[in-house]
Amino acid sequence: MDGWPGFLQSVLAAAAAQGAPLLLVALGEIICERAGVLNLGAEGMMLMGAVCGFAACNAGSSLPAGAAAAMLVGGAFSLVHALLSVTFRANQIVSGLALSILGLGLSSFIGERLDLVMQPAAMSFGPIPIPFASRIPFLGEALFRQGVLTYLAYALAAAAWFMLFRTRLGLRIRSVGESPLTADAMGVSVPAVRWLCVGIGGVMAGLGGACLSLSLSPGWKEQMTAGRGWVAIALVIFGNWHPGKAALGALLFGALYSLDTRLQARGTVVPVQFLQMVPYLGTIAFLAATQGKAEGRGVGAPEALARPYIREEKE
Amino acid sequence: MGSGTVKMLRAGALAAAVEIGVGAGALWAFPAQREIKAGFVYVAPVGDAGWNWAHDEGRKALEKLPYVKKTRFVENVKEGADATRVMTQFAEMGFNLIFATSYGYMDPCVETAGKYPKVVFMHCSGSKRSPNMANYFGRIYQARYLTGIVGGKMTKSGVIGYVAAHPIPEVIRGINAFTLGVRSVNPKARVRVVWTYTWFDPAKEKEAAESLIEVGADVIAQHQDSSGPQRAAEERGVWGIGYDTDMSRFAPRAHLTSAVWNWAPLYTKIAADLHEGKWTNEPIWWGIETGIVDIAPFGPMVPADVRRLVAERKRDIAEKRLVVFRGPVRDQAGRTAIPVGVTPTDLELYAMNWFVEGVEGKLPK
Repeated sequence: MDGWPGFLQSVLAAAAAQGAPLLLVALGEIICERAGVLNLGAEGMMLMGAVCGFAACNAGSSLPAGAAAAMLVGGAFSLVHALLSVTFRANQIVSGLALSILGLGLSSFIGERLDLVMQPAAMSFGPIPIPFASRIPFLGEALFRQGVLTYLAYALAAAAWFMLFRTRLGLRIRSVGESPLTADAMGVSVPAVRWLCVGIGGVMAGLGGACLSLSLSPGWKEQMTAGRGWVAIALVIFGNWHPGKAALGALLFGALYSLDTRLQARGTVVPVQFLQMVPYLGTIAFLAATQGKAEGRGVGAPEALARPYIREEKE
Repeated sequence: MGSGTVKMLRAGALAAAVEIGVGAGALWAFPAQREIKAGFVYVAPVGDAGWNWAHDEGRKALEKLPYVKKTRFVENVKEGADATRVMTQFAEMGFNLIFATSYGYMDPCVETAGKYPKVVFMHCSGSKRSPNMANYFGRIYQARYLTGIVGGKMTKSGVIGYVAAHPIPEVIRGINAFTLGVRSVNPKARVRVVWTYTWFDPAKEKEAAESLIEVGADVIAQHQDSSGPQRAAEERGVWGIGYDTDMSRFAPRAHLTSAVWNWAPLYTKIAADLHEGKWTNEPIWWGIETGIVDIAPFGPMVPADVRRLVAERKRDIAEKRLVVFRGPVRDQAGRTAIPVGVTPTDLELYAMNWFVEGVEGKLPK
């Protein structure tokens, strides 16, 4: 396809791919924040997933092993945050930032120790056309010729929505995030739910990292996430703590990684700096617009977000 | 003459001490240093396998010198106030030789050098200097010209994609030299430029290369520090020309060659000069004949006649028979930018802010 349809098709395809790692991390963060724990360690967890996923994949010559290792390491790494912020009730912002910085240094250290920087990727998740769907005019080419992890990201958005809003576990998670005191009174273990959700967040962030090092730009480079962990946290707010809206947001944020280069390649002058600001402007605008209406309308952050729960304390 | 005039004169002399330009000017010497402690400031992680990696190989070469007591580096230092902080820290810790390896460190470097006159500052790729600060660089554009010949010979579509980081003279000069190389063997070929506005984001750089491949580019060149663009060329089955280090391992089927840096000879010379009391703030801009810049070994797909041609041109450049920017050179609009037989001065090359004919893409205003 040529001309504008071809252009839109290619932007959409790239947006879905670029949005996938953001979405994976954001979904984990949504679940974590829905349970009342803010985890600013996304960038660090992503990097840990990226480096360990790549190392495992190259060592074992197996993509599933790489993805599994990334999830395992991301999950294990996030438990540092769970221990500090849930069990020891440390300030969640401080603990999260510490996790981010630790992940940055530790991933670089691992990469250097295992001499990963100069190692080419032995294998990577290539595009897999979905039978029939990939033949749909326009959309097939754009959305159904992606790597496995891209499909998985959007499928997990649906799964996360189902889990949060249609299962008992989801209800418990949300109740812990909205009113831990009430949840506690109902017999839900607040620390157990929070540990679980922080862990899920870590697993997802690790997978998001692997999405970069095994799929999007195969290989390990120090700090290769280039701030995507932070963009994912903005995406959580932009998506109003809702997996579906986060998936749409991921497409939008992903488009902003691919739109400027495609416009330039076609000879259009673009205000790149402005384009790069859009996700953040959008997030700020959303916060400003919803701030006043947050009360009782299911909009905005979970009530108990970033507040350590102490059983004896009155809310 | 009152004391006021004397003060003014002194102030005038100080202001003049910070010189802009890479041409001739007053030279300042520096006392010999018995021991050298060298600090390096890097703009991105050493693990980028690119620009910073290459500088760090140079740092490691310094460590082998007997009078170099220690070397340290700080990576991922933002251009601006952050760089001032890191350089100040080095100076306070007793380091007497500081390498600031990114263009945007220029003003922080001038500022810090003014505060620490007993420390020698070496700024890479800039154009300002002061009594204890010099700038240094290599003529990587000569290597880019040679890679351009390879690209011009290998393209079938006549469209070569160039993924570029930031619209600054260093990058523009590289694009121009590359394009002159391309068009010396393929006058109809065009070089299409996409700016990423980042020195380091592998996924974004790869994305930019894909954008170029989608509009018909069948060779991807880059002024980026990661191998992302090479990876895109590999996956999409087009040719690739890398930068900084030999990127063949990341794109074995696509990689034609790379324009590469080898800082070790220059860094060891700077340290030796400082040790022996021979250091001056004379600007350094070494060419391909010194080995500071070169091209990586060719990929197996590069035919023998192209290899021969490039080897000849390399010799011509090294022996000054071929000067990359000697006129006639036309600009994008087809107007004569450098008249026949004229060679631009280094100062003009350092300030280059226009594209030669054959480049497609615009310089942001």
